[in-house]
Amino acid sequence: MEFFRGLVLGQYVPVDSAIHRLDPRTKILATLLLLTVMFAVREFAGLAILTVLLVAVALAARIAPAYLLRGLRPLFWLLVFAVVLQVFFGEPGGHPMFRWGPVVVTRENLAQAAFYGWRLLLLVLSTTVMTLVTSPMEFTDGLERLLRPFQRVGVPAHDLAMMMTIALRFIPTLLEEAEKIMKAQMARGAEFTRGSLPARARALIPLLVPLFVGAFRRADALAIAMEARCYRGGENRTRMHMLRFGPQDLVAVTVVAAAAAFALIPPAAWRGH
Amino acid sequence: MIRCEHLTYVYGRGTPFEATALTDVSLAISTGEVVGIIGATGSGKSTLVQHFNGLLRPTSGRVLLDDVDIHGPRVDRRRIRQQIGLLFQDPEQQLFEETVVADVAFGPRNLGLSDDDARARARRALELVGLPPDRFGPRSPFELSGGEMRRAAIAGVLAMEPRMLILDEPAAGLDPQGRRDILEHVRRLHRDGALTIVLITHSMDAVAQLCERLLVLDQGRLVADGPTRAVFADLSRLTALGLGLPQVTLLARRLGERGLPVRRDVLTIEEARVAILEALAVRGRGVL
Repeated sequence: MEFFRGLVLGQYVPVDSAIHRLDPRTKILATLLLLTVMFAVREFAGLAILTVLLVAVALAARIAPAYLLRGLRPLFWLLVFAVVLQVFFGEPGGHPMFRWGPVVVTRENLAQAAFYGWRLLLLVLSTTVMTLVTSPMEFTDGLERLLRPFQRVGVPAHDLAMMMTIALRFIPTLLEEAEKIMKAQMARGAEFTRGSLPARARALIPLLVPLFVGAFRRADALAIAMEARCYRGGENRTRMHMLRFGPQDLVAVTVVAAAAAFALIPPAAWRGH
Repeated sequence: MIRCEHLTYVYGRGTPFEATALTDVSLAISTGEVVGIIGATGSGKSTLVQHFNGLLRPTSGRVLLDDVDIHGPRVDRRRIRQQIGLLFQDPEQQLFEETVVADVAFGPRNLGLSDDDARARARRALELVGLPPDRFGPRSPFELSGGEMRRAAIAGVLAMEPRMLILDEPAAGLDPQGRRDILEHVRRLHRDGALTIVLITHSMDAVAQLCERLLVLDQGRLVADGPTRAVFADLSRLTALGLGLPQVTLLARRLGERGLPVRRDVLTIEEARVAILEALAVRGRGVL
């Protein structure tokens, strides 16, 4: 048994590709822009354009499609739920397609459901792609740099970035530890996947207590290790890897911005010309 | 009792992190044996033993307990885990209860025993590992010393009353006294409790003292399986695998190289003592 197998979000895959080599700031900003546009888009055509862009990025980054889809698996039920809700309990009126007792499925609601489902898929897909092509270190570096202008209004950019780096750094460690403790308790006859809901909640205690104890111990050791190397916050700190915004970043930003703009133009405007 | 047939295990199948941990491992361990598993870090030792109690499911091949496939359709996984006790590395991590006795009773309670029976088993198990239940039972497991925590964790597995006990590096990270204590308890469990023991360790001295038979793993393959003495006879091979010899065996070899005719296959201090005295007697006669 392998636990947490479906977990892809945040699992950086080190590959050398043009996308991987981009400045993390480019990737963060591009993702933010795409997420915003996804919420603003009102037409299927817009979603299609964004989908084409994402697929192209994933291909250029040489992400195995199966791996990407695997990351979407946990989303499946949420997606089904959202779509079903929209189909059956959407706005009244419109063209009925079929009737099922008191429930009327209209063409409009079906289209809406497909639209929302597709959008949800794209939202998750875009963030997944970004985390697959950006190492956590690069990501926080980029974020720190992007937040720096806000330092003047009291945003502790460095500390935020450092906290995030540490949190991200320890996610795999904690997962590994959780898996090990789970197995150790299962070797003592514990069951985590069977029984009633309260029973399952109680079954988590033998997992959570050791996990927290371990996390605190680790945090302590890390603090000592950082202080032993004279860490004292972000002031006057230099970087080993300097961020460089190069011509390829300019190209990337332009492409994403152009796609975003196209996605926002309603098809009616195209037809008008 | 336990048999593996062509066991292969692949981690992270279908992800970029796919890695083969075990390749075509076949072996059998009989009731009453004391078997050591040695191999460099990452050679698949821990992965292998997690198959013995069904925590991992082979990618291909079978694991049989008393000739029954443990992943068969009508097999109760919990019964397998009761019979095959597995103690993970750094087992003090698994302690979570408020008192030592409650923690040790966790296993028996999971087996469906009543509170009283579980407690009685816990007390017996604590006794077996040298933690008098009256003194240690009511204490918090988190205030024990490292060696005591380790022993409490072992008691937690023993309280399941398994037929086979698998220990993954039970003595790692303990001081010399703690290490001796643990190994002594393991020896006693085998002798008095008739437990089948599987010991994973990097300590050649520990396996030389305890194990009759060794399994040697290298990059997920079983590369040697035989009596301890026979395995330790091939130094160059062990060195190539990143392993070594027990200190006393090394000593005997060195003495031999210096011209003292000592048997080279000694495994324990006692054997070494006898062998050296014999060799000195032989040389003494030669000189006279």
